[in-house]
Amino acid sequence: MSLKKKLHDFKVKNKDKKWLPAFSAIHTFLFLPDEVTHGGTHIKAADDLKRTMNTVIMAMVPCLIFGMFNAGYQHHIALGEIQAATAGFFSPEFWSMDNFFVGFWKILPLVIISYGVGLGIEFIFAIIKGHEVEEGYLVTGMLVPLIVPVDIPLWMLAVAVVFGVVIGKEVFGGTGMNILNPALTIRAFLFFAYPTWMSGDKVWVHGAVERDQAIAAGENLDAISGETILGTLAQGKEVAYSAADMFLGFIPGSVGETSVLLIVLGGLFLIFSKIGSWRIMLSSVLGAVVMGLIFNQVASAGIISESSKFYGLMSAPFWEHLLIGGFAFGTVFMATDPVTASQTTKGKWIYGFLVGFISILIRVFNPAYPEGVMLAILLMNVFAPTIDHYVVQGNVKQRMKRLKAKTA
Amino acid sequence: MGLLSKKDAALIKDPLADNNPITIQVLGICSALAITAELEAAIVMSVSVLFVLGIGNVVISLMRNIIPSKIRIIVQLIVVAALVIIVDQVLKAFAYELSKTLSVFVGLIITNCIIMGRFEAFALANGPWRSFLDGIGNSLGYGVILIIVAFFRELLGAGTLLGFKVLGDPIEKTGVYAFGYENNGFMLLAPMALIVVGIIIWIQRSRNTALVEDH
Repeated sequence: MSLKKKLHDFKVKNKDKKWLPAFSAIHTFLFLPDEVTHGGTHIKAADDLKRTMNTVIMAMVPCLIFGMFNAGYQHHIALGEIQAATAGFFSPEFWSMDNFFVGFWKILPLVIISYGVGLGIEFIFAIIKGHEVEEGYLVTGMLVPLIVPVDIPLWMLAVAVVFGVVIGKEVFGGTGMNILNPALTIRAFLFFAYPTWMSGDKVWVHGAVERDQAIAAGENLDAISGETILGTLAQGKEVAYSAADMFLGFIPGSVGETSVLLIVLGGLFLIFSKIGSWRIMLSSVLGAVVMGLIFNQVASAGIISESSKFYGLMSAPFWEHLLIGGFAFGTVFMATDPVTASQTTKGKWIYGFLVGFISILIRVFNPAYPEGVMLAILLMNVFAPTIDHYVVQGNVKQRMKRLKAKTA
Repeated sequence: MGLLSKKDAALIKDPLADNNPITIQVLGICSALAITAELEAAIVMSVSVLFVLGIGNVVISLMRNIIPSKIRIIVQLIVVAALVIIVDQVLKAFAYELSKTLSVFVGLIITNCIIMGRFEAFALANGPWRSFLDGIGNSLGYGVILIIVAFFRELLGAGTLLGFKVLGDPIEKTGVYAFGYENNGFMLLAPMALIVVGIIIWIQRSRNTALVEDH
């Protein structure tokens, strides 16, 4: 008797047991189950939800590995132990094993907590409700460690994951039924619950908080300031990073959001594998460019004075907004979430455009919420069904008109 | 309860559980969101509503046969407004700090849907004793939810209960703060009150599935 048959028989024998969903989840993850359709005239797609999710995860892995190097790199630079990378993307200062291991030991626990807690809740809910464990958390679990600051305490992350998965997803009925993107719900929870760990100039570089406490305790050390570019601009100060640094990702920020280069490659991979919607990505960039250009015009036309607190962010060149903060990451990996985005073609254009447009708007006008992308995507998640409704109604109206013209 | 007949006792008991004004009828949500960041404010608010609704129900019930039905809403408003002004003045005289925290929400008891709802639905059709019990029952049901929500919001949001630092001092890092615990600022924002009320509704309906509405 083959292993496949044995596992199948085991499932049939235990089909009334409460823990069966937990078993099937692991079973179908590791093996091809025996209950697939054989023969007949069924339409078959080569990929199921698990493969789709795995593809998205593969697109994010480069960002994760880059994030590990970057965490160590920012840490060592801040401590003055290494020189800034100057030789482009493959600078040896950046890609050193020293950097990697600092980041690895900080970021691995984030990944473990994110998956451990999140999947734990998914299993519990599957057993209570008596349905199969859903795949939705596979991508969320990878997104979460990439969109938090590297020094976030692990228990906070665990609390936020519990909140995000239960309130953001399970109360609506689980994967496919949620209104809000669960990963962003988790981040929004952290942002509003523990703002001192989610914004400011101390959280983005590993070690800055500890150093701060040591100074407070009376040690004679230099404080580490690892402000993000958005924070610097909001204060109207000169940015210390070149555009190349921003594009390649050698800047402080959330773990996986810094390297626009790798995010664009991941995005192209998603478009190529037809999993991410290129319409949403493109229209979101368009929206951000339009808003950025409007602000540039406002600033250069002298409508606001240079002393205005919005001037720094408004006068930043529009293309810089695409490179800094979480804009690129949010656009590629979170705005395109097929569950929470608009479903219709026209709706995707409108939805994406507004995501980009509102991101930059929030960024500029509310320096207290420097990450406009998160709030913009959550806001548009709420409006996505409304957009779809009107697109569909518009189509219905047009067809009715055509029908009338034909019959008349 | 020997004092009350079974029917009268139900007037007190039902709003506490299976016919709760907040979790089942979903009334009075605005004040439940606004003043539940602190336990003390929630208790004072509950007592104020208890006073207004208990007495108001009796007054309306006594007048029920002489109020022309065309102007009954105006009459009801005058009764509530008079009672609310009494509460407001008492708070200002004896608990000024607290009345500042509650600010407009004492005045807004006038528009609390639970009060007008009970006048319309109960006091206009029942005698004063039963109306009194109904008023007490509903305001207790309202108060219980307010206090539960405020308990969690103050405990998790500020680490205090009635102003006492039950979890230790966040600045000197005593109690649980010594282990790296931090207050959850989200708890102090209004959306979290809505989520806590939602969780209470969830628990209540999963324990008693008869309460779940069909659609």
